[in-house]
Amino acid sequence: MTLYAALIYGAELDRGDGSPREMSSEYAEFGKAAAAVIRGGEGLYPTSTATVVRVIGGKGGDVVTTDGPYAETKEVLNGFYLLECADLDEAIATAARIPGAWHGAVEVRPVIEFK
Amino acid sequence: MTSPDPAHAALVRLVRDEGRRVLATLVRHTGDLQLAEDAVQDAVLRALDTWPRTGVPPQPRAWLTLTARNRAVDLVRRESARTGKEAEAVSLLEPPANEPPEMLRDDQLRLVFTCCHPALALETQVALALHTLCGLSTAEVGRALLVPEATMSKRLTRAKQKIARAHIPYRVPDAAELPDRLHGVAATVYLLFTEGYGRADGATAADEALRLARLLHGLMPDEPAVLGLLALLLLQDSRRSTRFTAAGDAVPLADQDRARWHRPSITEGVVLVGEGLRRSPGRPDPYVVQAAIAACHALAPTSCDTDWAAVLSWYDVLLTVHDTPVVRLNRAVAVGECRGPQAAMAELDSLATLSGYPLWHATRAELLVRLERVDEARTAFDEALALPLGEAQRRHVAGRRAALVDEAAGESRHVSGLTGSRRASESIPTILG
Repeated sequence: MTLYAALIYGAELDRGDGSPREMSSEYAEFGKAAAAVIRGGEGLYPTSTATVVRVIGGKGGDVVTTDGPYAETKEVLNGFYLLECADLDEAIATAARIPGAWHGAVEVRPVIEFK
Repeated sequence: MTSPDPAHAALVRLVRDEGRRVLATLVRHTGDLQLAEDAVQDAVLRALDTWPRTGVPPQPRAWLTLTARNRAVDLVRRESARTGKEAEAVSLLEPPANEPPEMLRDDQLRLVFTCCHPALALETQVALALHTLCGLSTAEVGRALLVPEATMSKRLTRAKQKIARAHIPYRVPDAAELPDRLHGVAATVYLLFTEGYGRADGATAADEALRLARLLHGLMPDEPAVLGLLALLLLQDSRRSTRFTAAGDAVPLADQDRARWHRPSITEGVVLVGEGLRRSPGRPDPYVVQAAIAACHALAPTSCDTDWAAVLSWYDVLLTVHDTPVVRLNRAVAVGECRGPQAAMAELDSLATLSGYPLWHATRAELLVRLERVDEARTAFDEALALPLGEAQRRHVAGRRAALVDEAAGESRHVSGLTGSRRASESIPTILG
């Protein structure tokens, strides 16, 4: 079994402090249907709430923060799941059922499992 | 390491052929493409070293498999001694029970579907097909695809890493997925073929594509896409020796020496087209239909005998199963031959989405020549030349434009010298997306 991160990209969403009913029902449905492979996951507040942190000069250096997301792009990271699947085919099939993949895109990346 | 000794050359070929098959099995045994490659390469080198002295063993494949397995076990042991992990080596030590012969067939198929997995970029699939399925070295793959060896080496390493880390599976897709995945495999093999077919020095890529198409046909003899792919490749390849001049210039279809077309390939291709059509009666496979179009050209004794009405009908069929702007462009050429340049121009004008495609401009230019609209033809040739084109095609289009200028400079608007020969069809490769 391999652990995959499914990173959900799409248009900037402001769901307030909860999701619009329709969105949440789609995700609730996915959560139920894919419960066997979902190992974790969260939705994120919009990028207007993001802060980028850099330490200038490496460990122990000056902490510099910037308001806003790491990169200005049309598609932003809106959330993610951790999926435990037999192989990439199963991970792709699962990612295709994430509602975010229907309007934006889901990037599937294998997770390094440090031993 | 070329040897004039034919016995040695045969031995090298045997070792290489068997090595490819053994690799597919070793991938199953080890679950690791890189490890399997390293182990098989070692076994191949040993065979080339010892067999000339000891003679070829009675079962060369079994010898190579065993030697490669032992080598893989060594490599895993060495690695586990380094990292302190022991578990992996143990499973490899168990020699598999007697494996039925169809297991090898399945091993090869699994590897085909791994190398042509849609999660890999198409250019990566083509490189992996040459390297892993055809057994070409990194340097040979680089030469065949015109990519520097260092770049190719990186690309192949990254691909194998992705297969291992993302767990791209080794398995034959189930019946529901198979048609789609098979079209992916066919597209890879066809791209490999066109990579070689489009250049005077591209024999390696074209040969290996044909070999892969034959392998697929051996593994899945009933699949229409496979029948169509092999037929299409054979029919196009039958013209290979006539497609370029000694200087490497492209020779248009109409001007090729048909006596030198390779008859056995044509015969085999036509039989495969028939079989492919019988096996997909309701909805013909796009590769089968493209092969049928290629057969119309291959079977015409002279260019003037081409049954353009049949070609046009096949394009109409192709549109029902594979409707793309490029197919419509090819169809427009057939329309031009059947109904005249004016009708073809109308078709082309409706395909303005192709204005970034050089062959759309080149085809327009040829039609404008036939309509004696010389100035517009010249502009269209220029627009084609301003876009990226293969070297041979660029020279061909530039030559056509130059011929136009020569005639115009002779104070003559008469362009029958150009209109007399019908050139457009060969300059447009049929491409399946």
